[in-house]
Amino acid sequence: MFERLGDLTAFHLLRLSPDSHLGSAVQFFVMDVAKIFLLLVAVIYVMGLLRAMLSPERVRAFVRGRPDWQARGMAVTLGAVTPFCSCSSVPLFIGFVEAGIPLGVTFSFLIASPMINEVAAVILVGILGWKLAALYVAAGLLVAWFGGIAMQAFRPERWVEDYVWKIRMGEAAMAEPDTSLLGRHRYAVGEVREIVGRIWRWVLIGIAVGALFHGFVPAGWVTEHLGGDDWFTVPAGVLLGIPLYSNATGIIPVAEAMLTKGVAVGTTLALMMSVAALSLPEMLILRKVIRWPALALFAGVLAIAFTLVGWGFNLIA
Amino acid sequence: MKTFKVLGGGCRNCEVTADLIAQAAKDAGIEIQLEKVTDMAEILGYGVMSTPGVVLDGKVVHAGGIPGPDRVRDWMRG
Repeated sequence: MFERLGDLTAFHLLRLSPDSHLGSAVQFFVMDVAKIFLLLVAVIYVMGLLRAMLSPERVRAFVRGRPDWQARGMAVTLGAVTPFCSCSSVPLFIGFVEAGIPLGVTFSFLIASPMINEVAAVILVGILGWKLAALYVAAGLLVAWFGGIAMQAFRPERWVEDYVWKIRMGEAAMAEPDTSLLGRHRYAVGEVREIVGRIWRWVLIGIAVGALFHGFVPAGWVTEHLGGDDWFTVPAGVLLGIPLYSNATGIIPVAEAMLTKGVAVGTTLALMMSVAALSLPEMLILRKVIRWPALALFAGVLAIAFTLVGWGFNLIA
Repeated sequence: MKTFKVLGGGCRNCEVTADLIAQAAKDAGIEIQLEKVTDMAEILGYGVMSTPGVVLDGKVVHAGGIPGPDRVRDWMRG
């Protein structure tokens, strides 16, 4: 149905040829805009209805004083299932530190949060199929888990800004959520408005880049240079992803275009993760709580982890 | 008079939240006191980790995102 819509617009309405570069780019763009935005609204609304969200305040209370692996499991889950405004990363970081949660666990959370979320996961299934979606989520969880452990090995406590240790957190007197059907519906609509309002630009840019790639990059060139035989394409993809920033949903159409043109799976995954999780603006926000060496280490650990994951998948595939 | 505090490090979502509250008060024709709290120690002092958060008369009524327009209107009543 989405393909038909794309065909109709590009080839009948605009009278472009299906064989032309522009024609196939426009077809891709229309198809993906319709499909992704419909999925986005549906997923966010349903999630809002279920109110499947764990609040970080509750997780913090739960994780406090648990053994490392349990705390890390909860932190990664929280990062994976709840979308946060990136400006929340500072208070979240401080709140975790104040609860005595190990820094390595907090880093696991910070890695998982931008990289995986339930909205991106469902859209991945819709666009790329469940196998790739499962691969991406599994790779993300793995990197978050071991990335946090690797960070811990460097004793990052020494790079935390002094004022962070002095902050004392109060007990929240939270208002009870409205759990009636109408209340849930209102909440869900609010969620749709807020999340779509926040990410639609990234998604549109991602679809446009995907469409250009789909329409204008020759398949022969792709298979020859990005087919996965050259070892350096994975680290090159990771490096390319650092200055580029999008959110996890926005990068999906780009990955779709890359995969259908024959870019190797590992290379594509490495680029996706790097674009979503390694971003300069996000890093600069964290500078408020940790000093440069820790930031550099954080970027380094992630870059190495993404490269290893990319190589791994290219070998298996 | 109601006292509102918007908790958040000064990101766009926090600005939007503050604007929503100011607008809703204007629409309801009531006078409120509105303060933006950017100091992390004070934000966490309220027990809020996910910003933007909203404090109404000393009680946290919202955290973790821009509140819906219905919620904001509710706060103006009573």
